[in-house]
Amino acid sequence: MWNRIEGASREEMEALQLRRLKETATRVYHLVPFYKQKFDEAGIKPQDIRGIEDLARLPFTTKQDLRNHYPFGLFTTPMDQVVRIHSSSGTTGKPTVVGYTANDMEVWKECMARTFRMADVGPGDIVHNVYGYGLFTGGLGFHYGAETVGAAVVPSSGGFTKRQLLLMKDFGATVIAGTPSFVLHMAEVAKEEGYDFEKDFRLRVGFFGAEPASEGLRQALAELWGIMYIEAYGLSEIIGPGVAASCPHGRLHIMEDHFIPEIIDPDTQEVLPYGEEGELVFTTVTKQALPIIRYRTKDITRLNIEPCECGRTLISMESVKGRSDDMLIVNGVNVFPSQVEHVLTKVEGTTPNYVIVLDKKGVLDKLEVWIEVDEQTFADGIGKLEELKTKLHNEMLNELYINVKVKLVEPKTLERSMGKAKRIIDRREAEGM
Amino acid sequence: MSRKYVVKQLSIFLENRKGRLLEVTETLKDAGINIRALAMAESAEFGILRLVVNNPEKARSALSAGGFTVAEQDVFAVEVSDEPGSFHKVVQILASEDINVDYTYAFVGNSSKAVLVFKVSEGSLDKAITALDSQGIKLVEPMFFYE
Repeated sequence: MWNRIEGASREEMEALQLRRLKETATRVYHLVPFYKQKFDEAGIKPQDIRGIEDLARLPFTTKQDLRNHYPFGLFTTPMDQVVRIHSSSGTTGKPTVVGYTANDMEVWKECMARTFRMADVGPGDIVHNVYGYGLFTGGLGFHYGAETVGAAVVPSSGGFTKRQLLLMKDFGATVIAGTPSFVLHMAEVAKEEGYDFEKDFRLRVGFFGAEPASEGLRQALAELWGIMYIEAYGLSEIIGPGVAASCPHGRLHIMEDHFIPEIIDPDTQEVLPYGEEGELVFTTVTKQALPIIRYRTKDITRLNIEPCECGRTLISMESVKGRSDDMLIVNGVNVFPSQVEHVLTKVEGTTPNYVIVLDKKGVLDKLEVWIEVDEQTFADGIGKLEELKTKLHNEMLNELYINVKVKLVEPKTLERSMGKAKRIIDRREAEGM
Repeated sequence: MSRKYVVKQLSIFLENRKGRLLEVTETLKDAGINIRALAMAESAEFGILRLVVNNPEKARSALSAGGFTVAEQDVFAVEVSDEPGSFHKVVQILASEDINVDYTYAFVGNSSKAVLVFKVSEGSLDKAITALDSQGIKLVEPMFFYE
C-alpha cells in the first residue's frame, strides 16, 4: 500500500470525507456562481451538510454543465494558480476542459502512485507508457505516477508499434501501461515479427484503462505477455486515470478519500444501496482548480463496501460494462454519434441517412460510416463522389480525432439491412474478445 | 439554337454488389425502356451507370420508384463517319475552344456512321455545341434517341 488511508476504518474514512466535503462545498458555493445557484435551487447551504449522507441532497453536475462553462467557468482558482490544463476532444467546438493546481497535481500523482503500488511498481522498474501523450490525461497521468513511485518511464506514447517492441526489448521494460486494444495489437505485431515473448521481454505487469475490456481480452493480454493485469479506471472530469485501480485480488478500489462514489438510479436520480447496479456519480473533495459536485459519469456499475483481502478498505466498483448514454469508445477515444452527425451535416449541408458500423480489424476497433447517396448528394462523377468521401474522412479526423472509413451506399440499403432507427451497429462484442 | 441538340442522360448510382446491374436492367425492361447508349464508370466500391434511353422521363420515374438514386444531365451527341481521325477532329475543336470534356462514350450505328456522346464541364455545353456546329460537325437531335 502506498498510503495507510487505503486501509483505514470506515469511521475514519467517513470522517475525513465529511470534513473534505464541507470544505469543497463551501469553496464551490462561494466561488462559482453556477454552484451557488444550483445549491440555492436545491434549498441547501454548505453549512447544512452535517453527515456524509447529506451528500445525496446536493445537486448533480453533468458534462453539459462543463461545456456550458467552457473553458474555465467552473474553476475555483485564479488562473495564476493553475499549472496544467487538459481537454477532451471537442464535440461541436466545445471540448471539456479540466485544470490542475500544483496541489491537484500532487493528488493526481498520489492516486497514480497508489495505482502503480497495486503491483509494487517502484525503483528499478521500467515503465513503457504507450498511452497517448497530449491533451488526453492518460499519457501524462501514468507518466507522473510512475515517476512518483521511483520507476523509470519510457514516454513512448502510441503508434510506431515495431519501434515500441524494439525499445521494450532493448530497455528491458518490466511494466507496460496502455489501452487494452493497443497492447493486444502490440502482441500480435510481436508475434508476426518473430519475437519470443519469454526470452525477449521482461514485462511482469500491465496497467490498462481508458476503454472497456472483456474478461476474455484481459485473459488474452495476461497470457500473451505473461503479465498481471491491473485495471486503471478514471475520467478526466474527475482527475484522469487514478480514480480507481484494481488490486491483486481483482477488486477495483476507488480512491474514495479524494473522490466519493455514489450509485444512483439514472432515471429517478435516487441514491441506491451498495451492491445495486446503477449510474456511478463522483464528488471530488480535494481538487482545487476544478472541484466537481456529484458528477454523473454515465458509467453503469455497482459498489462493494466489504473490506478486501488485499488489506484495503477502500470501496470497490465493478468494471464498467455499459453506459447510460450512447457514447462509443473507439480505440480509447470517446465518440458520440451526434458528433458524427454534426460532421455529416456540416460537409453535406443536409443530414443524410447514415449508420455507424463498429467492428474489429485484428484487435483494433474499426469505425465505418455508411452514408446513403440520395439525389441531393449524388454527383455524376466518380471523382466528385470520391472527393466527398475524402472530405468526410478528413473532417472526422480533424474534429473527432478518429480514422473513419466512409462508405457510400444506395438508398434504402440501411433500412433493408438493419432497421432505419438504428444508427449504430456494434459488431465488436460478437467477436468474443 | 444550341438547346435543340441537348440530350437528356440518366446516371444511376450503383453499389458494387452482385446482381445490382441486373436489377436496373430488369426495371428498365419492365417499364418498356429501350437503352440507346450506355457507359459504366466504376471505383472500388461503387459505380455510375450512364444511359441515354428512348424515354428519359419514364425511365427516371421507373428507376426512382425502384429505389435507385438517379440524376439527369444534359449531354450532346455528334455523328461522325466511322473512320480514322473523325473522333480526333471533334476533340480538336473542343480543345481549341478550351472546353473540358468530363467523359465521352460512343457507339457504332447502322451503316458507316459512329455516334459520340459528350458530357462537358458545367456551363460550356452551349459553347461546345455552337463551336462544333459552326465547324460543320453533324450534331444529333434528341429525337434520334427518343423516337
